[in-house]
Amino acid sequence: MSTETTSTVAHLGIGDRFRLWWDALARPTQWAVGVPFIVLIALLPIIKPPVLTTVGTDFAGVLAQFGMYALLAIGLNVVVGQAGLLDLGYVGFYAIGAYTVGLLTSPDSPWNQTDSWLSQKWAWLFALPIAIAITAISGLILGSPTLRLRGDYLAIVTLGFGEIVRLLADNLTTITGGGRGLSRIAYPIVGVSESRPTGYFSAGNNQAPITSGVAWFWLSIVLIIVVLLVVGNLQRSRVGRAWVAIREDEDAAEIMGVPTFKFKLWAFLIGASIGGLSGALYAGQVQFVIPTTFNIINSTLFLVAVVLGGQGNKLGVILGAFVIVYLPNFFLGRTELFGIPINGNEIANYKYLFFGLALIVLLIFRPQGLFPARQKLLAYGREVYVAARRAALALTRPTSDETTGGSR
Amino acid sequence: MPLLELKDMSVAYGRIEAVRGISITVEEGELVTLIGANGAGKTTTMRAISGIRPISAGSIWFDGNDISKMKAHERVLHGVIQAPEGRGVFPGMTVLENLEMGAYARVFKTKAEHDATLGRVFELFPRLEERKSQVGGTMSGGEQQMLAIGRALMARPRLLLLDEPSMGLAPMVIQQIFKIITEINDSGTTILLVEQNAQQALSRSDRAYILETGEVVTTGEGKALLADPAVKQAYLGVA
Ligand SMILES: Nc1ncnc2c1ncn2[C@@H]1O[C@H](COP(=O)(O)OP(=O)(O)OP(=O)(O)O)[C@@H](O)[C@H]1O
Ligand SMILES: [Mg+2]
Repeated sequence: MSTETTSTVAHLGIGDRFRLWWDALARPTQWAVGVPFIVLIALLPIIKPPVLTTVGTDFAGVLAQFGMYALLAIGLNVVVGQAGLLDLGYVGFYAIGAYTVGLLTSPDSPWNQTDSWLSQKWAWLFALPIAIAITAISGLILGSPTLRLRGDYLAIVTLGFGEIVRLLADNLTTITGGGRGLSRIAYPIVGVSESRPTGYFSAGNNQAPITSGVAWFWLSIVLIIVVLLVVGNLQRSRVGRAWVAIREDEDAAEIMGVPTFKFKLWAFLIGASIGGLSGALYAGQVQFVIPTTFNIINSTLFLVAVVLGGQGNKLGVILGAFVIVYLPNFFLGRTELFGIPINGNEIANYKYLFFGLALIVLLIFRPQGLFPARQKLLAYGREVYVAARRAALALTRPTSDETTGGSR
Repeated sequence: MPLLELKDMSVAYGRIEAVRGISITVEEGELVTLIGANGAGKTTTMRAISGIRPISAGSIWFDGNDISKMKAHERVLHGVIQAPEGRGVFPGMTVLENLEMGAYARVFKTKAEHDATLGRVFELFPRLEERKSQVGGTMSGGEQQMLAIGRALMARPRLLLLDEPSMGLAPMVIQQIFKIITEINDSGTTILLVEQNAQQALSRSDRAYILETGEVVTTGEGKALLADPAVKQAYLGVA
């Protein structure tokens, strides 16, 4: 086995090489490499490396947003990358998570609970599991009828779902505040001190080194690790194998005894919960939700993160999320880059154009994404053609005497 | 009691009935063949037996139980296993992973049982062992067919449904596939086979049914049908 894999290393992409290298490390070594790496990432907003840091906006805030997008990408990747279900309305779950926290804890909401059983101090933390549960249930409600549909139909229905959620938020004015949104949403109140009267997580905390952005970034790193462990375990389990089978050939999967509908629903539900978690984080961080945050273009953006990073690869999609969030912010406010004068704000404004172009270029030259899941799992196009021809030739030529062997 | 019994089974696509009240029985240990022209309803029948196509009338009985309403994946648990037309190999999974998917629902109780079954599959199809880490999608047509049958065997079928296993294969490979089908049947597995290759199929099967536009028109012993002038003319290309 090992000889086979090393002999093919030359054809492997970055993702595969990294995986080979990583898998070859012993457990303690993996920890010894992984932990300092994560710590380094976590310290980025404090170190503010000269070239990396953003100039037009708070670097820590950008990283916090990246953390939330990374969660979204991981969740959407379960649905799209692992189970192969094209969900164009994923933003709907993000919205439901955010609005659940908002409705439960904003004084603008008729359902505000912070003046009754939810103490202001713990309100966000209590609202979090409720938000996840409600999002999971909405995933179930959307999935039960629609997961019987396939391919394009599913994509269209989910697209509609995303829009319906946004339109509800926009039009149920008496509950959601409509276009004015919900403000003063609860956030975790931790580490109150003289210099930080409302704690680390308050949007008002801009006391270096641990600003509000840093606190939210760190919290999201912890949640990302937890979610990755859960999703990774699922992926390696029977559930994960069922998802791959469904993605590759749903009928064949059913014939192999995979309860396809059940597992599709699971993928939907897990994806939705992660989206809800991210939404709840978002609501707490900005303490304010409005419908326009949850429009379709954002749904598309999440999908771009997944496709860009490499569908099916958990770490790849996190990088995808980073690109999506970081690049526009990198250009924001920049007037020169490596000595070349640029209008960074304009470039950032045209981000959708650039992402669109990047996606087209990517799909032409590297359809499997920048960091694809195990390459052979997604091998298609020319590679398959070449390999298939080789196999066909091998079958018809030298071994034809073996195939006729004992058949008289 | 037959292992499989279709009682006046009909299957419709929308308002069009592709299969119209057919009755077919397969006894334990038999090799039974279904032959018929293109579009006669053979694949439809197989899909209905597997449960991926609902039936519109009649019933399906397996091992004495009415399974007409049972979900496809539950039928697998009972041992109704199909190697589908067009093979249905998982293109991105390796040969070994494809084979393991065969045992997805019917999990092996012991490692020894797993190894023995896999060993048996590799014995029947040495090619699969040679190429066990190649991805399914890059296998040649014949190899994919072997993989589809091997994968079905990994589920330890009580009834093996084979839909046109010889489709698109070179004559020599067809010979080999048929030999293996007979071998599988001889070792005790009941088989319902759909074939265009009537000569081979009829000469090797215990009994056969001939399907025409969704109805059974003739049935009898394989060898007897081979001698039937009408069959000869329609399916063996003999005037
Ligand atoms: N999904 C479908 N929707 C509508 N009609 C269908 C569908 N699948 C099959 N049919 C029709 O049902 C009839 C029987 O098809 P079936 O696939 O069972 O034929 P077959 O006997 O397997 O043919 P072949 O030998 O070509 O594989 C055909 O007329 C076909 O056009
Ligand atoms: Mg057919």
